[in-house]
Amino acid sequence: MAQHTRKGAQFQALTANRLSDGIVVYLAADDRWSESLQDSDVAEGKEAADALLARATPSVDRNEVVEPYLFEVSREDGGIRAVSVRETIRQAGPTVRRDLGKQAELAGVHD
Amino acid sequence: MYRYDEFDQQLVNERVAQFRGQVGRRLSGELTEDEFKPLRLMNGVYLQLHAYMLRIAVPYGTLSSKQLRMLAHVGRKYDRGYGHFTTRQNLQFNWPALKDMPDLLAELASVEMHAIQTSGNCIRNVTSDQYAGAAKNEIEDPRIVSEIIRQWSTFHPEFSFLPRKFKIAVSGTPDDRAAIRVHDIGIQIVQNGKGEIGYEIYVGGGLGRTPMIGKKIAGFVPKEDLLAYLEAVMRVYNMYGRRDNIYKARIKILVHEIGVEEMTRQVEAEFAELRKAGALHLPQEEVARIEAYFRPPSHENLPDDSAELNKAVLADRGFANWVKSNVAQHKVPGYAIVNISLKPIGGVPGDCTSDQMDAVADIAEKYSFDELRVTHEQNLTLAHVRKKDLHAVYELLKAHDLATPNIGLITDQIACPGLDYCALANARSIPLAQQISERFADIERQHEIGELKINTSGCINACGHHHVGHIGILGVDKKGVEYYQVTLGGAADEKTAIGDIVGRAFTEDEVVDAIETIVTTYIGVRQNGERFIDTYRRVGIDPFKESLYETH
Ligand code: HEM
Ligand code: SF4
Repeated sequence: MAQHTRKGAQFQALTANRLSDGIVVYLAADDRWSESLQDSDVAEGKEAADALLARATPSVDRNEVVEPYLFEVSREDGGIRAVSVRETIRQAGPTVRRDLGKQAELAGVHD
Repeated sequence: MYRYDEFDQQLVNERVAQFRGQVGRRLSGELTEDEFKPLRLMNGVYLQLHAYMLRIAVPYGTLSSKQLRMLAHVGRKYDRGYGHFTTRQNLQFNWPALKDMPDLLAELASVEMHAIQTSGNCIRNVTSDQYAGAAKNEIEDPRIVSEIIRQWSTFHPEFSFLPRKFKIAVSGTPDDRAAIRVHDIGIQIVQNGKGEIGYEIYVGGGLGRTPMIGKKIAGFVPKEDLLAYLEAVMRVYNMYGRRDNIYKARIKILVHEIGVEEMTRQVEAEFAELRKAGALHLPQEEVARIEAYFRPPSHENLPDDSAELNKAVLADRGFANWVKSNVAQHKVPGYAIVNISLKPIGGVPGDCTSDQMDAVADIAEKYSFDELRVTHEQNLTLAHVRKKDLHAVYELLKAHDLATPNIGLITDQIACPGLDYCALANARSIPLAQQISERFADIERQHEIGELKINTSGCINACGHHHVGHIGILGVDKKGVEYYQVTLGGAADEKTAIGDIVGRAFTEDEVVDAIETIVTTYIGVRQNGERFIDTYRRVGIDPFKESLYETH
């Protein structure tokens, strides 16, 4: 499987899929799940990242989301960017259907 | 076409009701994800990169117009107006919500469709030749055997928990369009000197991480013994197949490890036991009952030559090109087989919109006895079209962007969903197929290049059959960047071969140029009438290696 993140990544965000419809979501600072990467909380360093991941547990237990994991991001021009191609596609939608997915629905999605 | 009996319908209805309960319990939290995941997979529901994905079975690729209309409807109501036909002759929807799944499956059940045997370690949906019942040199309609196997294997208690998934394909003609030698079991229908029909059996083919070509273990299994023989193969696999290591669990590894002689010996021994017990002797009435479903439709008595067709070919160049590449010979005079390309230039291989599905359903209803086929090369087939109707069919298809005249040509590519949709992918597949398609868009040039199959997979699971593409492309991940490894000389027909790796992988920017270099090299060295694969078999990999790498 493609690597989601890199060991020693400086910045990481937390993603999962919503149980009821499978849509990709990101954990925000207020512990709500947002469909936009731009709303996500960003952890710096390993300890903060572990703490961020732990914050997924209550929503997994409440059956709101499934398969949470951390992935590497960077901060650029005031925005949050996914580093890998995989996570870039995940926060946007299929590159072959620009009319579908978050890229067609949300502001702040990046290529 | 096969119609459900009461037993089938009840079974499918019960499965929907059961899954409705399971989804309900998952959403309310009574079931955990760990408990639920195997249940959803048993019903064809995967979690993919962006959303859930539903894989719907199309047994041996045959659909009625009514069923296709239902798929169109499901695409509109529960998805985003399109679906994806796969190399396993199935259909995948990319966006359905879990909470809608029970209603969606109930709608499918109303037209005898379901998602059973599309996932998990069971005998999967049997695949077959899209020209079944229409091919000129067909010995027997392969759907009869496919349906017999479907009934035997569905929910067979011994086969629900195999070491790994199990795929069977059946071909009824000497030229193999079902890729039987890359399946766990491949069945070739044959005829012996006495004119009796029987089955040649191949085992241990497969792609994925360890590609293998199936080995022949029986030259002629008599008709009445087929299930007993298959059961014998399954028993040997169930006994010795490795459950300890997922990468070694397929039957191909077993056959490779113990060798084809030993495998044959073991199967023969089991077979002798089963025959003694006699339970699996196929009763003639049952075979006759199933055969009746696949009786040829009532073809008209027509002259083979059609004046209307000949006139239209002369008058319409686009039509002539389409006839040349997309229309195949039919066994009944005055009829033809029409292949509908789902590979428009620059399009997504295998994708079909709900509107296109409705259009094809209407055309099939009016011009091809109300049924159609899905091909493992991700196209559709109308198996019984009168030659005199070909132009009308072409015009209708053209109006829906379904008349791309490229079957078997370089732009008729197989591609898996890759990183655009798939959670397991290393790299994208579809954009490569699109770029290659655009590079070679010129139809005259495509015909000049001739038959050439390019297959792309986004990871080693090989859903895009890259190992057996004349040119295969495999996406690999190097530190989060997409790279593509190219193989040459693969084939999935009666001369099945696994492609050879040509050299170091290419970046996304390089790969289309590399394909162009390969094609130019082929054109430079080919001899009269040679297809790409013939040339490759004659000259080998070196000329291609040289032109690809030595100048750099
Ligand atoms: C997008 C979701 C998909 C997932 C998660 C997926 C997953 C997999 C995996 C894990 C395997 C390897 C299993 C093994 O070797 O034991 C596999 C094999 C295969 N898949 Fe898929 N697949 C997907 C979509 C598709 C599609 C769209 C097609 C058709 C275009 C397809 C056709 C195949 C075929 C033909 C194989 C067999 C290769 C072999 O012989 O081993 N899959 N798939
Ligand atoms: S080959 Fe890999 S990337 Fe492509 S669909 Fe299969 S699992 Fe996904």
